[in-house]
Amino acid sequence: MTTSTTDMAHDDHGYMATGIKRWLFTTNHKDIGTMYLWFAFIMFLTGGSMAMVIRAELFQPGLQIVNPDFFNQLTTVHGLIMVFGAIMPAFTGLANWMIPMMIGAPDMALPRLNNWSFWILPFAFTILLSSFFLGGAPNFGWTFYAPLSTTYSNGSTAFFVFAVHIMGISSIMGAINVIVTIMNLRAPGMTYMKMPLFVWTFFITAYLLIAVMPVLAGVVTMLLTDTYFGTSFFDASGGGDPVMFQHIFWFFGHPEVYIMILPAFGIVSTTIPTFSRKKLFGYSSMVYATSSIAFLSFIVWAHHMFTTGMPLIGELFFMYCTLLIAVPTGVKVFNWMATMWRGSISFEVPMMFSIAFVILFTIGGFSGLMLAMAPVDFQYHDTYFVVAHFHYVLVTGSLFSIYAAAYYWLPKWTGHMFNETLAKAHFWCSLISVNLLFFPMHFLGLAGMPRRIPDYALQFADFNMWVSIGGFAFGLSQLIFLAVVIKCIRGGEKAPAKPWDGAEGLEWTVPSPAPYHTFSTPPKID
Amino acid sequence: MQGHHNKQTNKLVRKLVVIVLAMFGFGFAMVPLYDVFCDITGLNGKTATEAAQINESGIDTDRTITVQFISRTAKEMPWEFRPEIAEIVVHPGETKIIKFYAKNNTLVDMLGQAVPSVAPGRAANYFKKIECFCFEQQFLSGQEEVWMPLQFYIDAEIPTDVNTLTLSYTLFDISLSDKASQASTPEETAIVES
Amino acid sequence: MRSRNLSWLLLGVLFSSSTWAESSINLTEGVTGVSHDVYDLHMLVLYICTVIGLVVFGAMFWSMFFHRKSKGHVAATFHESTKVEILWTVIPIFILLAMAIPATNTLIAIENNDNSELTIQITGSQWKWHYSYFDQDLDYFSVLSTPRAQWDNLSGPGEEKGENYLLEVDKPLVIPINRKVRFLITSDDVIHSWWVPAFAVKQDAVPGFINEAWTNVDEPGVYRGQCAELCGKDHGYMPIVVTALPENEFDAWLKEQKVAAIAAAEAEKASLAERMTMEELMTLGESTYVASCAACHQANGAGFPPSFPALKGSPIALGDVSKHIDIVVNGKSGTGMQAFGKQLTLKQLAAVITYERNAWGNNTGDVVQTADVKAATGK
Repeated sequence: MTTSTTDMAHDDHGYMATGIKRWLFTTNHKDIGTMYLWFAFIMFLTGGSMAMVIRAELFQPGLQIVNPDFFNQLTTVHGLIMVFGAIMPAFTGLANWMIPMMIGAPDMALPRLNNWSFWILPFAFTILLSSFFLGGAPNFGWTFYAPLSTTYSNGSTAFFVFAVHIMGISSIMGAINVIVTIMNLRAPGMTYMKMPLFVWTFFITAYLLIAVMPVLAGVVTMLLTDTYFGTSFFDASGGGDPVMFQHIFWFFGHPEVYIMILPAFGIVSTTIPTFSRKKLFGYSSMVYATSSIAFLSFIVWAHHMFTTGMPLIGELFFMYCTLLIAVPTGVKVFNWMATMWRGSISFEVPMMFSIAFVILFTIGGFSGLMLAMAPVDFQYHDTYFVVAHFHYVLVTGSLFSIYAAAYYWLPKWTGHMFNETLAKAHFWCSLISVNLLFFPMHFLGLAGMPRRIPDYALQFADFNMWVSIGGFAFGLSQLIFLAVVIKCIRGGEKAPAKPWDGAEGLEWTVPSPAPYHTFSTPPKID
Repeated sequence: MQGHHNKQTNKLVRKLVVIVLAMFGFGFAMVPLYDVFCDITGLNGKTATEAAQINESGIDTDRTITVQFISRTAKEMPWEFRPEIAEIVVHPGETKIIKFYAKNNTLVDMLGQAVPSVAPGRAANYFKKIECFCFEQQFLSGQEEVWMPLQFYIDAEIPTDVNTLTLSYTLFDISLSDKASQASTPEETAIVES
Repeated sequence: MRSRNLSWLLLGVLFSSSTWAESSINLTEGVTGVSHDVYDLHMLVLYICTVIGLVVFGAMFWSMFFHRKSKGHVAATFHESTKVEILWTVIPIFILLAMAIPATNTLIAIENNDNSELTIQITGSQWKWHYSYFDQDLDYFSVLSTPRAQWDNLSGPGEEKGENYLLEVDKPLVIPINRKVRFLITSDDVIHSWWVPAFAVKQDAVPGFINEAWTNVDEPGVYRGQCAELCGKDHGYMPIVVTALPENEFDAWLKEQKVAAIAAAEAEKASLAERMTMEELMTLGESTYVASCAACHQANGAGFPPSFPALKGSPIALGDVSKHIDIVVNGKSGTGMQAFGKQLTLKQLAAVITYERNAWGNNTGDVVQTADVKAATGK
């Protein structure tokens, strides 16, 4: 398992401890990456089981299972967990595992900080989840609009604020680590424009994180003081403005959306060339497109707020900027299409997830384009159409890309090939059920069903039943993935150093499973 | 490992931490920035919180603007509160005085604060208050009533497509202005309220 | 396998453009000029997206089918083309312009609130709407009228659900057709959002601020909508119903309402002298409680502590009567407890307070009369 470790400068990561100590005190990027990934998956199942209860309640009209207040707690915590507990940590886990290996670095630049940024996360989510048993969990939606989350909260605001603070600190430390690693630890000859696109997207994402996570910390702090210390940032009676909350929140919130999708772009830009056996089309335009999406994400936030009573000029500005985002995003989709064009395509499981990503993410992009049109957004806003939109982007977008990445690198991580039959079953079950789950939500929203309601009018009953069936099927399908991973860790066909013949990159130059320490001496890039 | 404590790394980390702190500060800076932005654009329909100068730029007798008055009480505010008239037609630049009636319907002393809001928001900046009861808090003892004056004019610069302007006052109960004493202990609230 | 998936997806995309138009799975065309414009815009973007989707997905499926390794296709080596890349940056910009221009025009129309003939003030509160006709001395609350027995199936199957389940109210908003009606929307507590799909009007109700919206309805009818912004526990239970009447019928209705309002005021005065029996008070009290209080304090008085405390065995309901009257009439600031003095008649207040002091084992035996409420509060 170990290569020559005696020449390591720092003995704190010069050996591998065993048992629980290995995981508690580890500063090894691979161990930490593994922990992030497992944590994300556990949180995914936790948030997912909440979604199952939500879908069970919505299976038919009327209140059957939970009361409306608990329903609101479930939707809120489901959202918070999926965003901050599942998608973001999963990406951080991938960054930890792959970035050092892709740029030829021995580890992350700040290994102790790395340990910290992981280990505070379980505490954040323990605080958040414990509120269920201490008077009620947050019930004001993951967007926690004031004054529902301040004056009218159920007493969970403090739990919520502290949990978000800890998650934020964790993300910021993780992002600093990624930036320093990429800027300082690239192997000689690895210029910026030679970096894999995967590294580029995480690099840009990390900058977005350090720019907006502090703003989130600021806004939850104001929430805290408004609720408990008598300030009036968002309280009209004291001279504040509840709409200002939404401006600050979405100034964080919109870049946050891209934080959750840019790494996905990086992943499929890695897998599609591999299985098309052709270089990525338009590498540099991909880099520029990613950067411009990141830049635009800072000036479009108020498109979440068209109905709050903005003046016409504001609505026009944010509508135009939002429409503009379609241009770089389009460039990306066209580039993936062109990468596949006249390639030599094969359909391994990571490729299947990647192709599904491109198509289904694009559908999410189309509904995003529709939502960008301010006059029509007055109809779509806060309906199931929006729910359909962001689940297409986050589930068939971000989550599918994470699956693509997991299947792509599992052989490198475990040293074994995964069971392809099971993995394909996972893919097809997920693909069919996820569309049954989210596609009819478009119809529900257009027909007029508001989001975040525990009960609905009778004309929405049929589609809701289908959606719920799709939801249960999708939830169950994810257990197949768990089975694939456990089987793959325990054994299976031995994986060669480079199991995918079209793959490129430094990570494939080391044996599978990747040794505990890689690139202790930097590789040479020409 | 080429020394993760080396100078280069430290320098970069320090820079990034500065960005983080700056952005944390920026979150708070958005509060005054938002107010400034609203003052310029009238984004949220807030009017000025200080008295305007008496109009000297003359009256535009060619135009008329309908000003509607709406008085509301916050839902836990048991006062009576209404304007003497519902609407008035004015020329831009013309100064008018409108009185608002308020009565404390309870048997205890209370402190009220009226918060104005103008629709359309972009007209807010052109609504000039020379004297307004909303500039200060209103103290009324139990069953006390009062007529409160509002002296205003509409700035003649107001965009030509604004023909109707609505001024809404919401009266809030600020007798217990220290919100912390109410919200922090749910058990206590429960007993008192139930 | 793959081609089946192809046809399945294509079917979905095709389905989206051809068959939606008339059925309830598409956006409503609505009954106002603006709602028609909005619908047209919606269809325009939908068609554009469908065409782009067909081209992009078509190309992808083409290469998936013909450029596959198993068919022995050898990969080409091209990986950039400035010409093509400029092309697919510039063409989308023109498509976006084609969308932005009509959208701008519609938006300008939506934001023109001037020259209305009728102004209605709409106030949201947890969880009801209040309508006030500007300068007409007419205002009332509008509350969900679907009985709890229909929607609360937590402890049994409940009653059969009616046709307009969850989309019906006790008193709908009434507006005339063919007149520009302006809405001034605000809130008493948290943010709500007033939405009627048939008018394409959705505007947030923000506490302390007023927002404007307007409509001009073409056809008489009953139009239903819901609160669109999460506003707490019963967010799903505050529907909106608007009845649009022909102009003359509306004017007649308005007159009728004013007469009724005067009669109600007189009845209120008359009720002061009335002495009701415990039985009468308890009957009226129970129905008032169910309609106005049970949403928070629950029908069995158990509440949802800590936000909504229990009334059963509570020190207020068992303690000093005047304190009890005060909190019901004037509310309690900083909590969800509203000032019901504004919403209920003196008779209802007296009855509901009597009910709370004698139901669920709160057997104080106190009888509160209309005059007591008046005396205790000066209402």
